[in-house]
Amino acid sequence: MQLISLSFFDLALAAIAVLALAATTAAMKLGVTRTLLVAAVRTAAQLALVGLILEAVFAQERLLWVALMAFVMLLLAGREAASRQKRRFTGGYGFLAGTASMFLSSFVTAVATLVIVIRVEPWYTPQYAIPLLGMLLGNTMTGIALAIDRLTQEVWRGANVVETRLALGASASQAIADMRRDAMRAGLIPMLNAMAAAGIISLPGMMTGQILAGSPPWEAVKYQILIMFLIAAGTGFGTLLAVELGTRRLFDERHRLRLDRLRRV
Amino acid sequence: MSTTRFQAIGLATGAIGPVDITIGASECLGLSAPSGAGKTRLLRAMADLDAHHGECRLDGVAAVDMPAPEWRRRVAFLAAESAWWADTPRPHFERDCAPLLDALDLSISLLDQPIERLSSGQKQRLALARTLALTPDVLLLDEPTANLDDRNIERVERLVGDYLSNRRACCIWVSHDRAQRERVASSQCQLDSTGQPIEASCN
Repeated sequence: MQLISLSFFDLALAAIAVLALAATTAAMKLGVTRTLLVAAVRTAAQLALVGLILEAVFAQERLLWVALMAFVMLLLAGREAASRQKRRFTGGYGFLAGTASMFLSSFVTAVATLVIVIRVEPWYTPQYAIPLLGMLLGNTMTGIALAIDRLTQEVWRGANVVETRLALGASASQAIADMRRDAMRAGLIPMLNAMAAAGIISLPGMMTGQILAGSPPWEAVKYQILIMFLIAAGTGFGTLLAVELGTRRLFDERHRLRLDRLRRV
Repeated sequence: MSTTRFQAIGLATGAIGPVDITIGASECLGLSAPSGAGKTRLLRAMADLDAHHGECRLDGVAAVDMPAPEWRRRVAFLAAESAWWADTPRPHFERDCAPLLDALDLSISLLDQPIERLSSGQKQRLALARTLALTPDVLLLDEPTANLDDRNIERVERLVGDYLSNRRACCIWVSHDRAQRERVASSQCQLDSTGQPIEASCN
């Protein structure tokens, strides 16, 4: 098998499908046309930019460039996770907690996989390191964003329940235990669903891409299973950590609920 | 049995106070103020639920010198509006509460009714039972009979009165009803509309 290279003309043909959809939604006045077109242009532009950067990083194969790229990806993911919150922590705490959680879970998982499982030489070979980290960051970001959003919303709405439990002598972690459990579940559900549906209902994007690009299906499947497990671990630990940091921020040392540390966006 | 003494010394939260209060065993202080003057916030500060200036002491021990959950179990704030986290009342009670429910004319079967099917008066009495079941030393009661009819008001007043004398506990009772304050409380404290005590000290 070999890779059939796509030309720009081929991509333009695919773009016609999006334009057709845009024309249809415009005719039906669904109010999503503009968003759709902007999103399509963003996809093309962002991926093209990343392509250029990846070409450069791959050609260099230097740890510094890989680390720099990983760091930029982390900051963007942290910003994206924070911007998805309806109620944000004051003072940039949400960004810091989310980014720190992503850093710990994604980077540890990625490096461990490169060194222990894939055993590529050198371990930071961009062809492996960058896509692996990207996958992990993307999924961990979704989990953390969902979990923190659920946690802050639940606490905001259920403040009287939390304070009643505190008034009855519960510690902060007892008072918020139910809400923390809900938040964890909200963060893990996309990953759990993806694992349950993998291969039966959906062919995961990475595997599809690998097969289209000429890999034997069995090799693609093995990598996909690896990725799924890593995503599960990375998302799980990242979400756990973010929820823990968020919970701590919602109370002070006297176990008081501190809603003043949240603000409406 | 130890003698309970509750003190608030220079207690202030936001623009409210400072207030000095001392309550001895089996005593009840009636607290009143115009709406919005900050009675609830004062009680919340006493339970250490809000940040505040000054300090509260129980038998001479300051709140900061014991873990906050222990302080709140002993100095129990009962909010005017009750909140529930489980579907029925039963999971909210850890210990046997039958005598309390009996004294408040609540049937045991209410424990398994969905919370949303209970009347506000039933919820208010259940919330009082929930707090008393934890046997606190100090009761901070915020309008505990606001939703009750006369007979249940009487039951609540009698139950709290018995509790205070049997356990030598003390109580701050917030009420708009002057007659009630005079029935239940041995001393009175009044705040003006800016949250300042009307007499120099509320002792």
